[in-house]
Amino acid sequence: MSTPTIDRAVDERTYASYARPLLWRLVATREFAVFALLAIVYVYARGSIVGFDGPLTIYFLFLESAPIMLLALPMTLIIITGEIDLSVASTMALTGAMLGIAYTKWDLPFLAAVGVAIVVGLLCGLVNGFLVAYLKLPSLAVTVGTLALFRGLAEGFLGTESISGFPERWTDLLKDRIGGDSSYPLFVIPLAVLAIAFGVLLHFTTFGRGVYEIGLNDEAARFTGVDIARTKLILFMLAGGVAALAGIYQSLYTVARGDSAVNLELQVIAAVLLGGVSIFGGRGSLPGVLAGVLLIAVINSAMRLDGVRGEVTEIVIGCLLVASVIAPTLLTWISGLVPGRVPRPAAPPSVGTTPEPPASGGSSLKS
Amino acid sequence: MKIKKRRLSALAVLALTASVALTACGSDDGGDDGDDGGSGGGGGGGSSSITMIPKSLGNPYFEASTAGSQRAAEEFGGQVDEVGPTGDAGPDSQVPFIQTATQQGVGALVVSANDPTALCDSIEQAQDVDIKVVTFDSDTECRDLFVSQADAQGIATKQIELIADQIGGAGDIAILSAAANATNQNEWIGLMEEDLEANYPDINLVDTVYGDDDDQKSFDETAALLRANPDLKGIVSPTTVGIAAAARYLSTSEFKGKVALTGLGAPSQMKTFIDDGTVTAFALWNPDDLGYLAAFAADALVKGDISGEEGDTFTAGDLGDYTVGADGVVVLGDPYVFDSSNIDEFDF
Repeated sequence: MSTPTIDRAVDERTYASYARPLLWRLVATREFAVFALLAIVYVYARGSIVGFDGPLTIYFLFLESAPIMLLALPMTLIIITGEIDLSVASTMALTGAMLGIAYTKWDLPFLAAVGVAIVVGLLCGLVNGFLVAYLKLPSLAVTVGTLALFRGLAEGFLGTESISGFPERWTDLLKDRIGGDSSYPLFVIPLAVLAIAFGVLLHFTTFGRGVYEIGLNDEAARFTGVDIARTKLILFMLAGGVAALAGIYQSLYTVARGDSAVNLELQVIAAVLLGGVSIFGGRGSLPGVLAGVLLIAVINSAMRLDGVRGEVTEIVIGCLLVASVIAPTLLTWISGLVPGRVPRPAAPPSVGTTPEPPASGGSSLKS
Repeated sequence: MKIKKRRLSALAVLALTASVALTACGSDDGGDDGDDGGSGGGGGGGSSSITMIPKSLGNPYFEASTAGSQRAAEEFGGQVDEVGPTGDAGPDSQVPFIQTATQQGVGALVVSANDPTALCDSIEQAQDVDIKVVTFDSDTECRDLFVSQADAQGIATKQIELIADQIGGAGDIAILSAAANATNQNEWIGLMEEDLEANYPDINLVDTVYGDDDDQKSFDETAALLRANPDLKGIVSPTTVGIAAAARYLSTSEFKGKVALTGLGAPSQMKTFIDDGTVTAFALWNPDDLGYLAAFAADALVKGDISGEEGDTFTAGDLGDYTVGADGVVVLGDPYVFDSSNIDEFDF
C-alpha cells in the first residue's frame, strides 16, 4: 500500500520538471518566443525596409526607448510580486521638473540638482511603497492616485514652461557613441550595468526569490520568512529612484516639462507583459522583458520607416500584446487535445477515485 | 512513451536550431540587400523629398498647410510626405518622426514645433546628415529658416484697415483682447493705437477689455462694453476666441448689423456670423499659403538657391518673391481677409 503512494507522489509533482534537457528547458519558454520574434522582426526589417539597416537605426532605437527600458527594470520586479506601479511616468515628469528647477531657479551645481531629482524620485517611491506595503492598500488604487498627484505637482511647479539649457558636457555625453562612431550610444553602458544589477537581484539573490514567492503565494512567503512589507517598500523605492534616472535622461535628451512622458507607464507595462511576466505575479524574467522592450521599439521604428501611420503600429502592438496574454491559455488547451501529452491540471481527478492515498500522502508531508 | 517524447523534443530542438541558423544567414543577406536599398533612398533624397511634421495629425489647420505644401511640391517637382503624432502631442512626440526622416535621408524637414527647444537635439542630428530644416507656424531655436505667418505690424495695420472700412472711417471703437498680460496681444494693440493716431484722426479708441481667451468671459465683456458705450460703432478682437464670442453676442442682440466687428478669427467658427450678416470681414493668415511658402523655402534650401542668410531671395510660385529677414525669418505677408466670397473654401 505504501509503495504505490510514493510512486504517485514522485510522478505527480506539481512543480516544473527539471528532467528535461537544458536546451529544451531554455527553448520552451515564453521568453524564448519573445526573443525569437524579436530576431525574426529585426531580420525581416533589415532585409525589406529601406533605411532600417542604416547606421542610425540602432542608435535612435536606444535613445528613444531608454526611458521605457529603465522603467521596465523595477516594474518587472513589482509586477512579479503581483503589485503594479502606474505612477512611474508621472514620477519621471516630476523629477525632471525638479532637476530643472534646482538647476536653473535654485542655481545648484548640476550634480547637486541630479541629487535633488533622485531624492524626489525616492520620496515618490516611499509614498507609494508605504501606502502599499504598510497600510496594505491595493497598489492599483494607490498608484492611480499618485499618478495624478505627481503629474499635478510637476505641472504645478513648471506650468507651461519648459526648461532646457543643461550643461552641454552632460547633454553631449548622452548623445556620444561608444568608441566614437559605433551605432550604440554611450548611454547603453550604464543601462546595461543597471539591467545586470536588476537581473542579479531578481534571479540570483534571496531577495529575488522572495519577490517570486510573494507573487506566487504571499501567505507561504510570510511563513518561509520573507519580509513582505520591506520587500515591497524597497521595490517601490527602486521604481521611484529609477524613474528619477529616466526623468533626468529625458530632461537632458529633450527638455524638462510638466507634460513630458504622458502615458509612458502604459507602454512600460505593455513591454513587461509582452516580455512574459504574468500580471498575476510569480512568473517572468528580466531577459524576457528586455526583449519585449526591444521588440516594441523595433516594430515602432520599422513601421515608421515604412511610412505606416502611428495608429496602425498601435493596433499591431496591441494585437501582439493580447496574443501574448492569450497564448499560454491557448497552448494548454491545445496540448490537452493532443493525445499522449496529458496536461498537468487533468491529473488530480484521476487520483480522486481513491480518496485515501492522497490523505496519507498529505500527512506524511506534514510530519 | 518516454522515448517517443524524447524523440519529439529532439526533433523540435533540431528544427529550432536550424531555423536560428537560417535566420543568422538571412541576416547577412538581408543586410547586404538593405545596404543597396539604403543608398538608393539616400540618393533620391537630393531631389527635394520633404517630410512635413505638423504639431498633430487630424487638425484642420495643419491639414490646410499640408495641402498647400503638396500643391507647392507638384509645382517644383518634389514630394511631400506628412507624418506626425496623433492626439495628445507631448513636447517630444515629434522626435521619433524627425529621427525616422533622418534615417531615410530626406532632403528637408518642414516642422511646426510643439516645443521651442525639445526638438533641437534631433533636429541637429538631422542637420548633421545634411537635411535642411524649415519651421512654420511655431519656431524652434535651431533651424535653417522659420516661415512666419505674419509680422506684428501687418496684423495691426490690417485689422485697423478693416474696422475703418466697416465703420466709414469715423466713430468710437473698442478692443476685446485676450489676457491683460498676453505679450503678442499687447504688442498688436500698441501698434494699432499708433496707427490710429497717425492715420485715422476721426476714429476714437474708447476702451480695451480683456476676455482672457475664455468664451463666457469674452461674451460678458462684450455685453458690458456695449452697455457702457452706447455710441460704439465697432469692436476689434485680435483673438479667435474673443471674436467668436463677441459675434455670438452681437448676433442675438439689437446691435446686430449696427456695431461692426472684426479681428483675427478662425473661418470654421466665424462662418455662421458671416452668413447671418453679423460680421462682414475678418482676418487671419491662410495656412494653405503658409504650407505652400514653407515647402518652396525648403526646396530652395535643398537646391542650394539660398542658404538661410539674411537677404537671400527666392521665388515661391504664385506668392511671388520672398526675402529672408533677420534671424532667418521669412514672413508670409499681410494677413488674409475672409469674407462671404471666400469663407466656404476654408474649414479650419
